[in-house]
Amino acid sequence: MNRTTLVDRIWERHLVEPGETDLIYIDLHLLHEVSSPQAFEALRSAGRVVRRPDLCVATADHQVPTLIDGGGGAPAVDAGGARQLLLQAGNCREAGIELHPLGSPGQGIVHVIGPQMGLTQPGMTIVCGDSHTATHGAFGAIAFGIGTSEVEHVLATQTLRTARPRTMAVTVEGTVRPGVTAKDLVLAVIARAGTRAGVGTLVEFRGAAIRALSMEGRMTVCNMAVEAGARSGLIAPDDTTFRYLEGRERSPRGRLWERALDHWRTLRSDDDAVFDREVTVDVSAIAPQVSWGTNPGQTTSVDAAVPDPSGMADPAERNAAERALEYMGLTPGTAMRDIPIDIVFIGSCTNSRMEDLRAAAEVLRGRRIASSVRALVVPGSALVKRQAEAEGLDRVFTAAGFEWRSPGCSMCVGINGDTVAPGLRCASTSNRNFEGRQGPGARTHLVSPETAAATALAGHLAAADDLV
Amino acid sequence: MKPLTALTGRGMPLARADVDTDQIIPAAWLKKTTRTGYGEGLFSQWRQDPSFITNRPERRGATILVAGPNFGCGSSREHAAWALRDFGFTAVVAPGFGDIFRNNLPNAGLVPAQVSADVAESLLRATTRDPYAEIMIDVVGRTLGCPAAGVAGAPFRLDDLAHHRLVNGLELLDLALSLGPSISAYERARAPWLPVGQAGSPGAGSPSRTGAVKAEGTEGT
Repeated sequence: MNRTTLVDRIWERHLVEPGETDLIYIDLHLLHEVSSPQAFEALRSAGRVVRRPDLCVATADHQVPTLIDGGGGAPAVDAGGARQLLLQAGNCREAGIELHPLGSPGQGIVHVIGPQMGLTQPGMTIVCGDSHTATHGAFGAIAFGIGTSEVEHVLATQTLRTARPRTMAVTVEGTVRPGVTAKDLVLAVIARAGTRAGVGTLVEFRGAAIRALSMEGRMTVCNMAVEAGARSGLIAPDDTTFRYLEGRERSPRGRLWERALDHWRTLRSDDDAVFDREVTVDVSAIAPQVSWGTNPGQTTSVDAAVPDPSGMADPAERNAAERALEYMGLTPGTAMRDIPIDIVFIGSCTNSRMEDLRAAAEVLRGRRIASSVRALVVPGSALVKRQAEAEGLDRVFTAAGFEWRSPGCSMCVGINGDTVAPGLRCASTSNRNFEGRQGPGARTHLVSPETAAATALAGHLAAADDLV
Repeated sequence: MKPLTALTGRGMPLARADVDTDQIIPAAWLKKTTRTGYGEGLFSQWRQDPSFITNRPERRGATILVAGPNFGCGSSREHAAWALRDFGFTAVVAPGFGDIFRNNLPNAGLVPAQVSADVAESLLRATTRDPYAEIMIDVVGRTLGCPAAGVAGAPFRLDDLAHHRLVNGLELLDLALSLGPSISAYERARAPWLPVGQAGSPGAGSPSRTGAVKAEGTEGT
């Protein structure tokens, strides 16, 4: 029993009924307004109730307008979005589920508010009808996205029937160069390993470069594990994790904190643990990363040029690259820095936390964005927004020409009024550059907050280093 | 759900890799709150191209989608499975699926049949060549055949849980009816420090209310 992975260690503790397909207990079920209405409706029509409303927490994020303060005050969502918010409020009230609705002080992107409240803790199992639930793995939790029928099952039973995932170790070695962020690190890993590398697995991120990351950086990394095909990612908890958690609203206190800490310190893979797959990436030499295609694996360095599909050996990869370049309106050989940008978006569950906003603001301070660029920054939660305002970051952003918005998924999902118009090109700190993700015909380049800020100033893709 | 032991249908090829669920059902369709009515949304961006495969008259009535690797990656939206079902598909044959989507398909009553890369290639070639090529799927035995592709008795991967449910026509929650006691037993042994939600506390998360909200981004300083 001394060759156990962290994933197996947590999994074992959550087995309700082992079997060909395990039944595992879910410690925390996060809910948002888009993937849950059908689940509540099905429960109601079957005469079932929510088994553990106290282990559910809901927030409104996907459909919420982000122009609340400055945009005339009226919620701008369309009838469909408004209806989902209304249904969510009714469903949570009826079931007795904690809800952070639009306009409330705890509202925010579901993957931002969980950690910020201290709800996300090491060793837990966490699910949500949202693929980026992987974010919570940063704390050493098994956290993954599920479909609406599974949401229904968890609501009714607080359990999930699912095969034990295979495990993959992604060891990230080296010390990143100044100006290279967690976002660049994970984009580089995905570009190297590919978008299918993690399929069927839970990825444990390890190695010196991961240990050196703050909790917010770790959340960015785990958030994007799903873009490498993995069910989720996680990182063994350490003192960085415990420092983050201590004193948070829902963190244990007193004697319970000590007991929790004793347990959390056991949450690691054994030195000789055997993983189903292993990948090692050295990030010492990487530069800031920028995606050029229509999946996150189609990413390169800001110093590089748009790749030439004709040089790709694998016909499937070549075909995908040709399609991607056609959609993106890019010509092979174009220097990444020569690509003009129309819109800059800083936000999403990947990059909308305090460190992200601080880093972007540092680049922008005392400067003005290019006149050809429209830029917006959307804090991940109402709490992040308040704190950023207390630190004066909102004034840095607005003085530079950014729009300072209210929290929500905004331009990452393109269904709340914040979209990129067809054919326009957006440098975005979000997680998916899929066709149409930010709106039909929108062209997305995934970047870090620093790169987004530098790009807004330059009017074309740029790194923060370019400005000094 | 009705038990699904075998099915036969014409194959429709979609020879693209890494087709994400945003393509299968674009986000605009996530405004709905029903489980049905998504057929029109299926591939709705790609369908604006009149030559896209689903628009071709000779493809009408095809019920088995033959897809590329990592089909259904990305967003967890079960709407993607509902859209395929509402359009008329009963199964998707591919050399690989996105993890969440693989679970969502049987929940919508569809068979996710994961075949080897070679078989997938043969099926893609045959169904591209012949719009009327039929694929026979033996759900019980987890094998499929396609005479036009020269494929017979090819095994496919279908998770045990999905297999059991599809073959017996069981909803996910049908399997949970007898679970109460074992779940209760598990719950009695849970660690006491685990967090709980605070229903009826609309101010939860507010510093003014709890005084316990920690400043963000401070753990490392």
